[in-house]
Amino acid sequence: MYLKSAYEIRDKYLRKDMLPTIFCPGCGIGSVLQFTLRAIDDLGLNQDEIVWVSGIGCSSRVPGFVNFDGLHTTHGRALAFATGIKLTNPDLKIIAFMGDGDAAAIGGNHFIHAIRRNLDVTVILINNFTYGMTGGQVAPTALKGLRGTTAPYGQFENPFDIANLAVSAGANYVARWTVFNYLQGINSIKKALQKEGFTLVEFLSPCPISFGRRNRMKTAPELIRWYQKITVPLAKAKKMSEEELEGKIVIGEFADRDRPGLVREYQEYIKRAKKMMGWEQ
Amino acid sequence: MRYPFPVGKSDFIQGDEAIARAAILAGCRFYAGYPITPASEIFEAMALYMPLVDGVSIQMEDEIASIAAIIGASWAGAKAMTATSGPGFSLMQENLGYAVMTETPIVVVDVQRGGPSTGQPTLPAQGDIMQSIWGTHGDHMLIVLSPSTVQEAFDFTIRAFNLAEKYRTPVVLLTDAEIAHMRERVYIPKPEEIETIYRKLPQNEEEAKLPFGDPHGDGVPPMPIFGKGYRTYVTGLTHDEYGHPKTVDAEIHERLIKRIFRKILDHKDEIISREEFMLEDAEIAIVTTGIVSRSAVRAVKILREKGIKAGLLKLNTIWPFDFEYIEELAERVRKIYVPEMNLGQLYHLVKEGANGKAEVELIAKIGGEVHTPMEIVERVVG
Ligand SMILES: Cc1ncc(C[n+]2csc(CCOP(=O)(O)OP(=O)(O)O)c2C)c(N)n1
Ligand code: SF4
Repeated sequence: MYLKSAYEIRDKYLRKDMLPTIFCPGCGIGSVLQFTLRAIDDLGLNQDEIVWVSGIGCSSRVPGFVNFDGLHTTHGRALAFATGIKLTNPDLKIIAFMGDGDAAAIGGNHFIHAIRRNLDVTVILINNFTYGMTGGQVAPTALKGLRGTTAPYGQFENPFDIANLAVSAGANYVARWTVFNYLQGINSIKKALQKEGFTLVEFLSPCPISFGRRNRMKTAPELIRWYQKITVPLAKAKKMSEEELEGKIVIGEFADRDRPGLVREYQEYIKRAKKMMGWEQ
Repeated sequence: MRYPFPVGKSDFIQGDEAIARAAILAGCRFYAGYPITPASEIFEAMALYMPLVDGVSIQMEDEIASIAAIIGASWAGAKAMTATSGPGFSLMQENLGYAVMTETPIVVVDVQRGGPSTGQPTLPAQGDIMQSIWGTHGDHMLIVLSPSTVQEAFDFTIRAFNLAEKYRTPVVLLTDAEIAHMRERVYIPKPEEIETIYRKLPQNEEEAKLPFGDPHGDGVPPMPIFGKGYRTYVTGLTHDEYGHPKTVDAEIHERLIKRIFRKILDHKDEIISREEFMLEDAEIAIVTTGIVSRSAVRAVKILREKGIKAGLLKLNTIWPFDFEYIEELAERVRKIYVPEMNLGQLYHLVKEGANGKAEVELIAKIGGEVHTPMEIVERVVG
């Protein structure tokens, strides 16, 4: 893959009048945004046929900075809005940029149902184990013992494994990487964007300001080293015992299948309806 | 275009069915909902009709998702509707505000039932009047219509779509379980007999760049729908004319919100609809909305037979509210009665409008029955 300079990508896809971004120094959201834009660029997708949707949170501010149609909605509800956009105009490709709290807590129900329906959307999920925008409360992805302002003594609940949740709910494509797996990340996004149905690429992303600071990792490099320590590639994980995997996060490609997407299912449904009513010979 | 129901003739149908048929004729091609009594039949009818007219009907996971989906559909260019009852309407409030803030044309039907909470699922009430006007947070303005017959449920649904599109705003159609389930004769017009309005679209790049501006001076910006190459950013955050978030600028916030008020209030005369019955020489005015209006018509006739000069004002539009008109009315009459199926919601608006010029008395009734004409008569006679 030929890598264009970051300037080229920026000039082509970002809204100059909206810069600078709101992201803190060391935040991983910018990197994931770059991966996504590189994937779009590499695939040569038409900028006017892509709509970005998001909910509320730092991650959800991304659609504001890119020069595409964008719908910045309410906390957790992006995929429900996306359902209306996609079914109304199936020619539009939809990218949903979401945070882990946004997607898995308040939006958990919409998330699993969008997957169940196999809504044609590519979800780029920023998992930073925390609620960045509201200042570092624990997210439903936070591993046990991690601190947040609402669990100052360390998280006592079990975390969601979002990627696995998506696999069981029926997503067509699911991958999880950290922000320093950039090649795998870009490739996964490319794959996701080319597929019908629900696709998800989850990124473990550093949030030094709201999360790292409270967990003795004040900078992005510290967080990245920690991600390196706690992540295990899928192939290796398969040979590890449950005890060995305790507190670890598996990364890799979890699902790659081609079940029909919601748009195609609905188009078939229309045909069936007309046939059953005798409207079509 | 072929329709999945007879057009150009009358049919004997329920209120919910009438709303669904009207929506289809008004051009609605996206419906998202979640089942709830007494609104489910609207959904069931839409589920039958929509695929046949190449529209979408989808059952979402809840009401929050339903209103979200129709807002998304509207930005993709569809006329879109959802329908629910009190509990579901409560869930929709956050996104109803989002539709106000992003100036998204949608129609939300609330078939009222007895509340609060799950209350009386199968019985009518008028307990959501305040919720329909003030349910979402912040300063906001929208339109609320209220039918009193099945024919009106049909006609007002078409009007709801037209107002939503014309003013780029959510419109609430506030009906109740009685109208929802009552069968009446309804004239279903041919499509060419009805006026249908579609939102203003940008005519050039310049207009498209100002999705929240006021290029025509009427307060209603053309709506650049998605996929046309305009690259519009839509946010529920306070935004400037270009759609850029500007969350701490007092002036921009005030300008945006005041325009959202202005675009509706400046067109109040077109939006507000009411009917008067024997009101010209009345000394006693009865002010109603929705289903209660029907008992009130009869009550007025009985009162007239008794020699009491009573008259009825039926409000077809509940919001925006014509406070000035009520004040004028209060100057003409001795007393105003407000029969409604709650413990006083419309009453507060009427009282404010009357501005002390006439005594205003509430005739409240809850529990799931519409006032009988005699209940109104007896209160007036004393
Ligand atoms: C209904 C509602 N509840 C709460 C909030 C406050 N809020 C804003 S962002 C946010 C969490 C964001 O966390 P996450 O989704 O993980 O995204 P991040 O900021 O970490 O990228 C919350 C709770 C809100 N805006 N709306
Ligand atoms: S708070 Fe965290 S997630 Fe939000 S911008 Fe800052 S570093 Fe990024």
